[in-house]
Amino acid sequence: MLKIENLHATVDGKPILKGLSLSIAPGEIHAIMGPNGSGKSTLSYVLAGREGYEVTEGSVTFMGQDLLAMEPEERAVAGVFLAFQAPVELPGVGNANFLRTALNAVRRAKGEAEVDAIQFLKLARARMKVLNMPDDMLKRPVNVGFSGGEKKRNEMLQMAMLSPKLALLDETDSGLDIDALKMVADTVNSLRGPDFSALVITHYQRLLNHIVPDHVHVLSAGRIIRSGGPELAQELEATGYAASVAAA
Amino acid sequence: MPAVTETLETVQSVTEGGYKWGFETDIEMEFAPKGLNEDIVRFISAKKNEPAWLLEWRLKAFAMWKKMEEPTWAAVSYPKIDYQDAYYYAAPTQKVKPKSLDEVDPELLKTYAKLGIPLKEQAILAGVEGAGDTPADGGRMPIAVDAVFDSVSVATSYKERLAKDGIIFCAISEAVQEHPELVRQYLGTVVPQGDNYFAALNSAVFTDGSFVYIPKGVRCPMELSTYFRINAKSTGQFERTLIIADEGSTVSYLEGCTAPQRDENQLHAAVVELVALDDATIKYSTVQNWYPGDAEGRGGIYNFVTKRADCRGARSKVSWTQVETGSAITWKYPSCILRGDDSVGEFYSVAITNNRQQADTGTKMFHIGRNTRSTIVSKGISAGRGQNTYRGLVRISPKAAGARNFTQCDSLLIGDECGAHTVPYIENRCMSAKVEHEATTSRIAEDQLFYCRQRGLSEEDAVGLIVNGFCREVLKELPMEFAVEAQKLLQISLEGSVG
Repeated sequence: MLKIENLHATVDGKPILKGLSLSIAPGEIHAIMGPNGSGKSTLSYVLAGREGYEVTEGSVTFMGQDLLAMEPEERAVAGVFLAFQAPVELPGVGNANFLRTALNAVRRAKGEAEVDAIQFLKLARARMKVLNMPDDMLKRPVNVGFSGGEKKRNEMLQMAMLSPKLALLDETDSGLDIDALKMVADTVNSLRGPDFSALVITHYQRLLNHIVPDHVHVLSAGRIIRSGGPELAQELEATGYAASVAAA
Repeated sequence: MPAVTETLETVQSVTEGGYKWGFETDIEMEFAPKGLNEDIVRFISAKKNEPAWLLEWRLKAFAMWKKMEEPTWAAVSYPKIDYQDAYYYAAPTQKVKPKSLDEVDPELLKTYAKLGIPLKEQAILAGVEGAGDTPADGGRMPIAVDAVFDSVSVATSYKERLAKDGIIFCAISEAVQEHPELVRQYLGTVVPQGDNYFAALNSAVFTDGSFVYIPKGVRCPMELSTYFRINAKSTGQFERTLIIADEGSTVSYLEGCTAPQRDENQLHAAVVELVALDDATIKYSTVQNWYPGDAEGRGGIYNFVTKRADCRGARSKVSWTQVETGSAITWKYPSCILRGDDSVGEFYSVAITNNRQQADTGTKMFHIGRNTRSTIVSKGISAGRGQNTYRGLVRISPKAAGARNFTQCDSLLIGDECGAHTVPYIENRCMSAKVEHEATTSRIAEDQLFYCRQRGLSEEDAVGLIVNGFCREVLKELPMEFAVEAQKLLQISLEGSVG
């Protein structure tokens, strides 16, 4: 469902991704690990279509479409969801309003009927219960005054509500305590199925104890230098990235 | 359901884009000769069959105006206005008052339909007798409407219902005939004829507008509203509104305005006077959507307006809420004279300038009584090459012991060719007063737009959502019906400002 071939990308003219190739089949969860500055976040932004992340070479195909030719919102409604490392604050914009707007954009793209405020609240409250989020988070402005953990919970709520085909989790585990970490894993695991794939970007192996990936890749200097099964994550945790980087 | 949750649906329903109210109604009109002189003033007064005292009042204003200079202190620039090159009186020719929908001029009907005023109100607005007393469907709160078309009020709805509570709601020209003692007692007592250049001009040539009187202890049972429409070419609109809230009464009043799209500039110089006696409350909301001109700055309304409230009574309260999206130039400072002890003044404003629009707007709060309080929340949004200035004055007299003011001015910039300016004046002559001022300037951040788009919102919807969020504190002050319209307008006004 996602095929990345020989992807090169620059930020401010500086090459960050230098020939990255990766293929994700429907239903698969891939983890990308790697040291700081290896290009992990750049990869997620390139896939989501953020301005300033310029693709200079290579291709990305998503569900048979040229992903790189699509606007960010087109990618989103086609089923690409990015869980932000630092979720953005939108002062004055109610969380419920924001999420319902997003949900209806996705539903329209799928040819489904839009949900009204009452239907939406029903859906959202059910999800929030599972995520252990208080109801009042829907009334608060998007991410404004949220703690780090609350912001990540909110990302997971959005992901669960929008039920994407491909979720990109950009270090969603950073700065989370063990309960929040489990919540993130539970959300991803609850979506797992033949129509859901994920690319989990992380520094640490601990998230992967809870979300067991099908494949693990090591990213270094803008390329994948090693791939393997879930055991690779454990090896990396024990030996560090340096050995792999040196070997490559 | 709060209005904010409605934003997107409302916005989605607007597909045409641009200024949707720019059409012109082709209807038989009666004009005064072009130009401005004493004879025109007499002509208008005669047309309205006014008493001698009012004609004298107008002539005095005209004499003052001739000696005055057009003000130049505002941060707006425009070519010199030729006051002789405009019509000061234009009215649809209407021989007999229509008795049923079928008799109403179809062009007027079409106009109201196009402006999105529901059928029910349509019947009322076009002046069909007897339609005003039917309860509104769906248990929705009815809104009484006074429709001003160019120089005249063409209809006022729910008058009979309101009269049951002793409330007077009618065209000011009608009030001059029916309630001359009230008009004479209050007219010009808040904004005197010689107050400023545009107020003097208005005093000389005002043609219509609304008159409201709420008797002692009465809480007005519905929203009162005036819908101003400029239609005729080369015509200025000079309306005058006078609202008197007697002791212990409460009223909420709304005004809306639109105009056809033309290459020429048209002048709108209104005066609004509010009088609040002891324990009275007036809430005055405006959604100003005059034609703003095109992207290159051709055409558009020059909106030079004087609005002032006199909180004459103890514990009286006046709250101004305005959403200014239209006009090529906006020059207005809805103000409160806080004369009564413990009186309260509020000003909530959203002003948008896109393309070549210029706005110089704000408020003045005069603290005279003891323990008077005022709150100012101003949100300025600049896009395109728009220039947006907040200009405000908080003046606290030596006798206003315990007076308090809080001012918050936020500016939002979209793009890099626009400007935002904040000019707050504070004059405090009282030791025990407390004055606070906060100001911020921000941009719509790239990461906010990207975040919204990553969730499936188009760039314009994202801007609309962020701007509505920015204005929330003001929009929540608007009555429900207007809040939805205002949100829609904010989005439309900013179309084409990103990307």
